[in-house]
Amino acid sequence: MTERSKTVFSRIVAAVAGRGLVSLLRTRTIVALIGLLLAFVAGIEVARPGTVNALWVSNMMLFAAPLGIVAAGQTLVMLTGGIDLSVASVATASAYVMATHSGLGGAPAVLYGLGVGFAVGLINGIGIALLRVQPLVMTLGTGLMTEGMLVVYSQKMMANAPRVPQFIEELGAGKFLGGIPNDLVLWAPIAIVIIFVLRRTGYGRLLYAVGDNSQACTLAGIRVWRILVVNYVTCSLLAAVAGLVIVGGTDAADLSLADVYLLPSVAAVIIGGTSIFGGRGGYSGTIIGALILTVLNSILILVDAPEPVRQILYGAIILLLATAYTRLTD
Amino acid sequence: MTKPAKGKSSVMAVPAAASNTPLTTRFRRSLRRYPSLFFMPALLIASLAITVAVHPQFSDFDLQSLAMGALPLAFAAAAQTAVVISGGIDLSIGSVMAVANVLAASTMEKASFGESLLLAAAVLIVGAAIGALNGLIVVLSRIPDVVATLTSGFIWGGIALVILEKPGGGAPQEFLNLGAGTLFTPWLPNALVLLVATVVVIWIPLRRSKLGLQFYAVGSDRIAAFRSGVNIDRTRFAAYIFSGLFSAVGGLGLTMTTGIGAPLAGVYYTLSGLAAVVVGGVSLAGGRGGMVGPVMAAFVLTLIPTDLIFLNIDPNFGQVIQGTLIVAIVMIGGFVDMARSRK
Amino acid sequence: MSEAALLLEARNVAKRFDLVVALKAASLQVRPGEVHGLMGSNGAGKSTLVKIISGVFPADGGQILVKGVTRSFRSPAEARSAGIVSVYQDPALVPDLTVTQNMRLAGASIDAVRKWLVELGIVRLDFSLLVRDLPYPTLRLIDLGRALASEPAVLLLDEITASLPADLSERIYAMVKHWRERGNAVIFISHRMAEVSALCDRATVLRDGATVGVTERAHGSEERIVALMLGAETARAVATVASTRASLRAPRDAQAALEVRGLRRSPLLNDVSFKLYPGEVLGVAALEGQGQEELFDCIAGSRHYDEGAIFAHSRELRLRHPADAIAAGIVLVPANRLLALLQQRSIRENVALPTFGGIRNWGPIRMRAERMRVESAIARLQIDTRAGSELRRLSGGNQQKVVIARWLASGFNTLLCFDPTRGIDIGTKRQIYTLVRELAAAGSAVLLFTSELPEIALACDRAIVLFGGRVVAEMPVSEADEATLLRSAHGLAPLAQAAHD
Repeated sequence: MTERSKTVFSRIVAAVAGRGLVSLLRTRTIVALIGLLLAFVAGIEVARPGTVNALWVSNMMLFAAPLGIVAAGQTLVMLTGGIDLSVASVATASAYVMATHSGLGGAPAVLYGLGVGFAVGLINGIGIALLRVQPLVMTLGTGLMTEGMLVVYSQKMMANAPRVPQFIEELGAGKFLGGIPNDLVLWAPIAIVIIFVLRRTGYGRLLYAVGDNSQACTLAGIRVWRILVVNYVTCSLLAAVAGLVIVGGTDAADLSLADVYLLPSVAAVIIGGTSIFGGRGGYSGTIIGALILTVLNSILILVDAPEPVRQILYGAIILLLATAYTRLTD
Repeated sequence: MTKPAKGKSSVMAVPAAASNTPLTTRFRRSLRRYPSLFFMPALLIASLAITVAVHPQFSDFDLQSLAMGALPLAFAAAAQTAVVISGGIDLSIGSVMAVANVLAASTMEKASFGESLLLAAAVLIVGAAIGALNGLIVVLSRIPDVVATLTSGFIWGGIALVILEKPGGGAPQEFLNLGAGTLFTPWLPNALVLLVATVVVIWIPLRRSKLGLQFYAVGSDRIAAFRSGVNIDRTRFAAYIFSGLFSAVGGLGLTMTTGIGAPLAGVYYTLSGLAAVVVGGVSLAGGRGGMVGPVMAAFVLTLIPTDLIFLNIDPNFGQVIQGTLIVAIVMIGGFVDMARSRK
Repeated sequence: MSEAALLLEARNVAKRFDLVVALKAASLQVRPGEVHGLMGSNGAGKSTLVKIISGVFPADGGQILVKGVTRSFRSPAEARSAGIVSVYQDPALVPDLTVTQNMRLAGASIDAVRKWLVELGIVRLDFSLLVRDLPYPTLRLIDLGRALASEPAVLLLDEITASLPADLSERIYAMVKHWRERGNAVIFISHRMAEVSALCDRATVLRDGATVGVTERAHGSEERIVALMLGAETARAVATVASTRASLRAPRDAQAALEVRGLRRSPLLNDVSFKLYPGEVLGVAALEGQGQEELFDCIAGSRHYDEGAIFAHSRELRLRHPADAIAAGIVLVPANRLLALLQQRSIRENVALPTFGGIRNWGPIRMRAERMRVESAIARLQIDTRAGSELRRLSGGNQQKVVIARWLASGFNTLLCFDPTRGIDIGTKRQIYTLVRELAAAGSAVLLFTSELPEIALACDRAIVLFGGRVVAEMPVSEADEATLLRSAHGLAPLAQAAHD
């Protein structure tokens, strides 16, 4: 039944958009994604003329950066066929721990925050790579564990009220040169490094190889556990960095700071073209995916509807995007 | 005539008919097949023993509280088990429970007992319908079920908020008593009766039926199931209907045990239900296991914060311990699996 | 023969998957009361045609006629009710269910299946056992029994005797003939030419997705089938590999490239010892399940052994991971190429994979050096890359070549080839064996296991026979004819000795 409905679906799209467009979508998905992003932006301009200007673009970048950074880690993990459901808890915990240590000075506080990411990533890596626990289950457990520990920690830290250091605020909310967001200065190099690593380094090749067939890697003499441990640590570190940026933007470290980033981090990766089963995809698609989701969020804010309705629309549109993507490129 | 070679894999050496196997072999065989059947009850009894040791005044009221506390989680675990056995996963269970909860609480507030029963039936149908929608989304969109149900859960959560913006609503006392209180004897909480009755009525006929067999087949080996004539899509679709149904019962359970509707109540149950499934010994790969393990695991997981309260330890540690327990159990499980299949 | 008399007919069937054309114009005519062979190299389209006929997916063009009526099946269940049932290499049995439950799932009558199992030689089988607890040959027969129980008019057997011991294969031949006698038809796919010529009344040959000929059973039909499968030019170009064998012999006092001493791994390997010298191809002959796969895995470092020692150039090795073997210059080409290849990645990434074994190689890649190495390996192996750069576009034979290319590109001393030509078409087989001989001539040591005993004489300098977990015979290739190998493989003393007793 699905074989037939798939051909019907493709035929409809081909009839509407021309056969050439369909094969373009399949081979150059990044073009299609950018097209979709521009379509959303155009839609906003049409609906509320005057919205799209330099300030708006700079705000979009500002809000997209933390998502882009979390999604970077998620991309790395999903390329190996895994998933990391602890990123939200790690981001929140890192931000909180950094904030409560801000009395020690900027750099040490940041190191404490990143330390949280490192520790959780290491536990994830050991469980998944060495003990062969499924990533979904393992990261779910560590996510719950981290969240719980954070609650306890926050109660113990009543005395040391969390305070966000000045430079973190600048990072998370500030801009320079009259419009370029500061966090972009953090995001851009991260993006460049990750894209380079994925395309031109042995580490990147191994991520794709392990995601495609880890047994083949072992037979070829690769010690798969090493890559996976490093990968999960990297993912959690990126989540920690994102947490620092988020807390800078909101200026208050509370316990559900980054919860809203979990679903979008996975969605951005999927929409961006990386298969959840691993072996295929990349970060450039994820970047556009993160931008699309951020623009989508702002569209929904423009729609004068209560928060729950916006939530429903957000979820529905993500479903549509992911369906269209999966259907057309399968 | 030469002696048949020792190494020739001859079909003659095939296990003999069932009537000859002694009881000990059959016992050992089922232990290997369903380890959770023996491990989980042991863990549950151990947890209960610890609880009683910590709190010797453990009364029938405490048992009631335990049953009421574990009820929603047990149903969440049951819902997840139905889908996991057929090889899928459902990350929207908590949201569906929330929808059922707020739907019940908002409509039953001024209803009579009879009306509330009718409304409960309607809520069950809604739950099954949402499950069907989940199934359609997963099957038709071809998105991996993790992503599809994560997203659809977002949508159902929004719907719950639309129905009831803040915690509120209520239900007639007789309805609440179905889940709270003790109808038969003081040591048999209604919640426990409700739980067992629901599972028995829904799961046991399903498991014996051809559809139940198809669930296990699809979860165990999709290709073999397809070649054996099973309609994969229809089977997965059906699994999600049952998940929705159990989630709706869980939502009603929430109404009974808390007395109100809370749109955000379900958030905790999705992941914890999944944890109960894993701790209860059901493989996420599908194809094996039953309800017993996860339901018992739900009780074990609920006992943890309970014990902490009895020990006068900050109950917030409860989540830490639950999370750590899950991590520890899956890591130990992974280690044991590895040691057993030592190359 | 009139149309209505044909049990099954396929006319100009076409099928494509995205950009890959699997079938162009496949035709097939099956009469009642015949065993009809379906032949063709890998990638010719046999499996696709079988799947279309049995309802796994629909064709894009052409027609399927059952007893003269055009049909289009939407599922295997539909095909089954029309009297068409297929049995594939992987038993269609769900591992976590019992045999009884599996039968119930497929709607098969348990008594009928039991009856057929008795016919096939399984007299007492506990149906309440889990499928995953039963041995593989038993599962194949259960699968066949279940197919027979639905009394199909057309029975399609896809490589039914692959990986089965000789005695079971005999029973299946008998069953096939029995089925034919009842007025039904059997479509028989096999790579074993001997089987096909013994069993099939006629054979249809596919090449590149189209039917190129139909042969009747007659003298010389084997050669005609091979010619049709390969296309005339290739058939002529296929030279016997023996002629490329250099009579180069490594001097006997040369150091052994690989020595295995007293290797033991319960339950299959008891005490395996042998030496492999540089410049030679050592063949391993064994029946099913004699531990040959475990032996190769142990030497390659992917399985642990209980006792014994493995030496590379007289240095004892500690093998805990394939990386250790590779570091010692020992590389493995496994039987199942799917295990070794990255389907979604490019040929280049597949070939370059071993480069990234060590952490110091995690850094930036030297792209040009890599490209040169990969391209030279591809050229050396004559890998046909026309279908595209993604690995899964390649045919089975070319994929197998990629596995070998990988080691060619990264270098090795000793090559372990486990059944490298299983399920590969004749043309590619010859190419692989020629390459193996060239590698040996260039100084590498090759350990070769093949399940086709005649091929040992084709490619090897020496042969050892594995039986009962030990090496029971060793002989130069001049003595390694099929009969001698078969006797030793069954644990029998060589004929000359037997005549002595």
